[in-house]
Amino acid sequence: MNKLIGAGDVVAQLRDGMTIGIGGWGPRRKPMALVREILRSPLKDLTIVAYGGADVGMLCAAGKIRKLVFAFVSLDFIPLEPYFRAARQSGALEVMEIDEGLLLLGLRAAAMRVPYIPTRVGLGTDVIKYNPDIRLVDSPYDERQWLAMPALPLDAALLHVDRADARGVCQVKGPDLYMDDAFARAAASTYVSCDELVEPQFFEQGEEARYVFWERAETTGVVHLPCGAHPSSCAPLYGFDVKHFKEYVAGAKEPGGWAQYYERYIACGETEYLQRVGGEAVVKKLPLPVF
Amino acid sequence: MTDTTLVDTIICAASEAWRNDGEALATGIGIVPRLAASLAKLTCNPNIMMTDSEAWMVAEPVPIGPRGDYVMRRESHMGFGRIFDNVWGGKRHAMVGPTQMDRYGQANISMIGADYRKPKVQMLGVRGFPGNSFNHANSFFIPNHSTKVFVEGEVDMVASVGYNPARLARGWRFDDIDIRLVITNLCVMDFGGPDRQVQLRSLHPGVTVEQVQQATGFPVHVPAAVPGTPAPTAEQLALLARLDPHGLRAGIFGA
Repeated sequence: MNKLIGAGDVVAQLRDGMTIGIGGWGPRRKPMALVREILRSPLKDLTIVAYGGADVGMLCAAGKIRKLVFAFVSLDFIPLEPYFRAARQSGALEVMEIDEGLLLLGLRAAAMRVPYIPTRVGLGTDVIKYNPDIRLVDSPYDERQWLAMPALPLDAALLHVDRADARGVCQVKGPDLYMDDAFARAAASTYVSCDELVEPQFFEQGEEARYVFWERAETTGVVHLPCGAHPSSCAPLYGFDVKHFKEYVAGAKEPGGWAQYYERYIACGETEYLQRVGGEAVVKKLPLPVF
Repeated sequence: MTDTTLVDTIICAASEAWRNDGEALATGIGIVPRLAASLAKLTCNPNIMMTDSEAWMVAEPVPIGPRGDYVMRRESHMGFGRIFDNVWGGKRHAMVGPTQMDRYGQANISMIGADYRKPKVQMLGVRGFPGNSFNHANSFFIPNHSTKVFVEGEVDMVASVGYNPARLARGWRFDDIDIRLVITNLCVMDFGGPDRQVQLRSLHPGVTVEQVQQATGFPVHVPAAVPGTPAPTAEQLALLARLDPHGLRAGIFGA
């Protein structure tokens, strides 16, 4: 079994108007190299589902998003994502703004193949007001109304992991899986970029198999992309690139800032990108964030 | 009163929020709430649980900022997914900093403006506020008590629920919502007034009742006697020096 493909092959599987989930959380373990590949492509009108960071910001800046399903978009140490903010304030972005936990429940419902999951989360808030498609339901077991969080099925999920093998066995050694397993299970196709490509025997050693959080049947394709999460982090391999994010955010304040960023870091292709951000050795030394 | 003295007074007052919470997970988002939760664990309630603000439950609060050779005392894993499990079970008390709050205790960190589809100012999004507010206890820290924060009408986007009868879903009661303390740069308030009206609990040194009322976009209930917010003790100050070795709390008012 060989699921190894290139980043271009992933994008070739995607279509205009698809619903695409992106793993990671804010500035952490985002499949940024795959996102850059989308930015270089003519793909458009996407519905993006994400715990958003610069992945969402860049896709907003490039006009790729028709609808965003989100609970937040933030770089954490820089709280406000500038291009997401600009897209929202222009009135051009259609949104489904929901609670962080509701997003997880939507993915879980899709993964379990049920139409909704009942919850108290979101009751009484404007999440209901601005999402008329989210219904309240009666319970067959009590007299209360519950919020019926609809399933969020994905056409595709894009994830980045520490390491994977050609069968699609994926490992996350970092301290937090985020909701990546839920994204993988909610998607018809899951494409995973990995920092390190390993042989199947790797997982037979010691406790390595314990850091595998979804079965290989959930993984459609594996792309070997060292530093593929940069400028987001891939703990414990590297932290996020504070300097790079600051440059990205500063550029957003300038007219033509996105065009310049695109020219310098996206248009050049992935090999040149890695050189321009200092090379693999420099990225691997980026310190892990301290909170 | 200097900013440093004021912030220490606020943190000590805020730490009281967790006194009677048993083993709840104490989450403080931002420097002041996190220091307050840390201080609570070292003083009024050692039983509360805390995380390193990333992915681990820790047996003692982790100092803020660069840690040098400090070694975390890990207790369990606590990634974001597990935080939701904890939230939905209700054994948590969070203290967060919203951008707007209204007379019902409804809070907003999502967006500012009259047109939701085209915000005047887009902020973070609702984050975990809807889930937090309908599952567990919540307190709030407001560093700039003003009518811009404590708005006259409802907040622009109700991200966290409050005691608003018009929004209560069928079959639910106000007792299902648990808003505790609201700590600001002027005072400490709660929702213990008549019919869950916001009321004044204590005034920080040098602050008057009139000042608080003028800075609030809705009536604040004033009990017959309003004490001053207590000054920090020598023990509390020593602990704060340990929890904030770089003095990051001194800058929270933008100084």
